[in-house]
Amino acid sequence: MHDLGGLPAGPVEKDEHDPSLAERRVDALMSLLMSPGVAAFNVDEMRRTIESLPREVYERHDYYERWLLTIESLLVEKGLLTRAEIEARIAALEADAHD
Amino acid sequence: MTERRFADGALVRVRDLPVKGHMRTPSYVRGRQGRIEGCQGSFPNPEERAYGSDGLPARSLYHVRFRQRDLWPAYAGLAADSLSLDLFEHWLEPAHGT
Repeated sequence: MHDLGGLPAGPVEKDEHDPSLAERRVDALMSLLMSPGVAAFNVDEMRRTIESLPREVYERHDYYERWLLTIESLLVEKGLLTRAEIEARIAALEADAHD
Repeated sequence: MTERRFADGALVRVRDLPVKGHMRTPSYVRGRQGRIEGCQGSFPNPEERAYGSDGLPARSLYHVRFRQRDLWPAYAGLAADSLSLDLFEHWLEPAHGT
């Protein structure tokens, strides 16, 4: 999903909401990963990756969920995490939540 | 600091380059004519940085102003309505006209 300017679209949704804790965490994670001291990836790689999300994935997720998918994808691309490590961590957290 | 190719006030046309990957020039201005309003300086090319390159040499980045009527065939607003975009030099070529 890239270069959408000028295409037909519905009305702009102008409702605002306070960011949730999860959204704040994603925002913080993005800032840290792109900060000079960490520099896991740059903002242009981030944009390229978010634009590469398949249309159905892009439309199914909200703003910060797309950021999270993008972070995961870039960390795997850069070899900092594997998909299996991410899946294992999610499974462990879900198991904790059900205790 | 890279030397800039276009002076303020110069007429330019946006190049209609093939679309591949991450691009920073929206499709609706490709092939359209605008006027240079200023230059913010030069920056590493984000279209190359998106793929792991350092994006050097830096490219000049311009404010380019377009008439809305030139962009949208059915534009119904005022003739003076305009749009300013930030565009990199490699997307621009000289144009002649009014």
